[in-house]
Amino acid sequence: MEKFILPDIPNLHQIDVYEQNGGYAALKKSLTMKPGEVIEEVKKSSLRGRGGACFPTGLKWSFMPKGNDKPKYLAVNGDESEPGTFKDRQIFEFNPHLMIEGTIIGCYAMGITAAYIYIRGEYGKWIGMVDKALADAYAKGYIGENILGSGFSTNIYTHKGAGAYICGEESALMNSLEGDRGYPRVKPPFPAQKGLWGMPTTINNVETMANVPLIINKGAEWYSKIGAPKHPGPILVGISGHVNTPGVYEVPTGVPLLTLINEYAGGVPNGKKIKAVIPGGSSTMVLRGENLEGVCMDADSLKTAGSSVGTAGLIVMDEDTDLVKVLARIAHFYHHESCGQCTPCREGTGWLEKMLHRFEHYEARMEDVDLLVDVANHIEGNTICALGDAAAWPVQSFVRRFRDEFEKRVKQEETIAA
Amino acid sequence: MLTQENLQKAESLFNKYPQKKAALLPILWIAQEQEGWISEDMMRYVGDLIGVPYAHVLGVVTFYTMYKSKLHGKYHIEVCTNVSCMLKGSDKIVSTVEQQCGAKIGQTSADGKFTVSEVECMGACGGAPMIAIGEEYYENLTAEKTEQLLASLK
Repeated sequence: MEKFILPDIPNLHQIDVYEQNGGYAALKKSLTMKPGEVIEEVKKSSLRGRGGACFPTGLKWSFMPKGNDKPKYLAVNGDESEPGTFKDRQIFEFNPHLMIEGTIIGCYAMGITAAYIYIRGEYGKWIGMVDKALADAYAKGYIGENILGSGFSTNIYTHKGAGAYICGEESALMNSLEGDRGYPRVKPPFPAQKGLWGMPTTINNVETMANVPLIINKGAEWYSKIGAPKHPGPILVGISGHVNTPGVYEVPTGVPLLTLINEYAGGVPNGKKIKAVIPGGSSTMVLRGENLEGVCMDADSLKTAGSSVGTAGLIVMDEDTDLVKVLARIAHFYHHESCGQCTPCREGTGWLEKMLHRFEHYEARMEDVDLLVDVANHIEGNTICALGDAAAWPVQSFVRRFRDEFEKRVKQEETIAA
Repeated sequence: MLTQENLQKAESLFNKYPQKKAALLPILWIAQEQEGWISEDMMRYVGDLIGVPYAHVLGVVTFYTMYKSKLHGKYHIEVCTNVSCMLKGSDKIVSTVEQQCGAKIGQTSADGKFTVSEVECMGACGGAPMIAIGEEYYENLTAEKTEQLLASLK
């Protein structure tokens, strides 16, 4: 398939090269359309968010009020911190103008006063790259006052995070941007009603924005036919773990996981078998290696298989992997990253980590196997944000699908050293 | 407490946002880049600059992992031990770093040269295992490459 998000064009981050390759044509085209028509086009394309939740982008944009009586904001979510995910970083480095162009189009479509590209603090080097691209775009009149004589004005800034996975949650991102601790907000109200500084706000992932120019240039109908029907478009799949050529691969949605692993990522080293895969970042449910036949990287296929697309961060684990150790590490991550607001998450993730520590050291009690799932079940659905669910799903899926691995770690009558 | 130049930088940030408080995280970055860490005095100073209480600034500094409320070593070695890096041998990178730096995770070496930290996923899973030193990422490491890298740091 031709690559649209990360094409093999050297120096595409330079604005002249970007323009020579058709860059900013979508912006020019959008400015000849009515803002509402741009939103309709994005809706018709069936583009779904690439930040983990897969929410229809056009629909999200349509939630914004149409009037201009109060300021409206857009936040581009570059907080990329989901374990196994490293795709937005590629856009910052190799095609920042695509994201910028998509952002300007979004600003025009929704009548945005100012857009903030919130980038995780650890990506300091990449923030510099985006700042350079923004400066170049401003210099050419693509952002700022009266863009290309259209009468539409907006500003786009980067905003640096400071180390907090939870700030990838859209409402925590807003609180962080406002200068607070990254605490998610109770919803409703939703951002389009009351977001940044109480004003209507939309939050979209970096890769989602990068798909917008493509939709405008080639049309929603064309876009909607790429890949899986209800979840179309090019998607950046990050493949890591036990594979020969890990990396980010741009493919149409709907490619079988086994094709991604064996053909794109060079297969598992030393001819070992796949024991387990996490398809879309650590929050998504683990799948048994022998159950991957026919499972594809798209929302419907993964849902049927008992998992989800998430951020398409595919982590491969071979037959020698200690899955208990993997789950223990995942549990540590969620406990560490819990913002602490909700008791089920704050306390529950701590209990999960403690219990899994016992399992790791062959000190578990037999009842702990079911207790792990029980605690996870009591976190899921009982929290202000999805981090609680994200902490629960790995535990539920690892224990249910690999129960024997956990039963083996129960403390024996005669003490057996690990 | 901020240099003249940094104070000007900080104040220019107020134009980016409709409320001054939103400049807090960026101004804390300016302060940390200037001093290497953020002291209580600096927190109070920044609070006054923006018009928020010290308690608020302290709450922000302690929430985010990248703000340092104590002085670190000359080189801050951050090793990712999350899933993809763990699968590719981050345990070995940790032990190599600890041994060569003379500091365990969470500690600073006696000579003040290295502070060693364990970090969560840094978005380098395709190049696992990795370490970060400041803004630089060092990927596709082996124990040997890690030793060479650390030895090269003056």
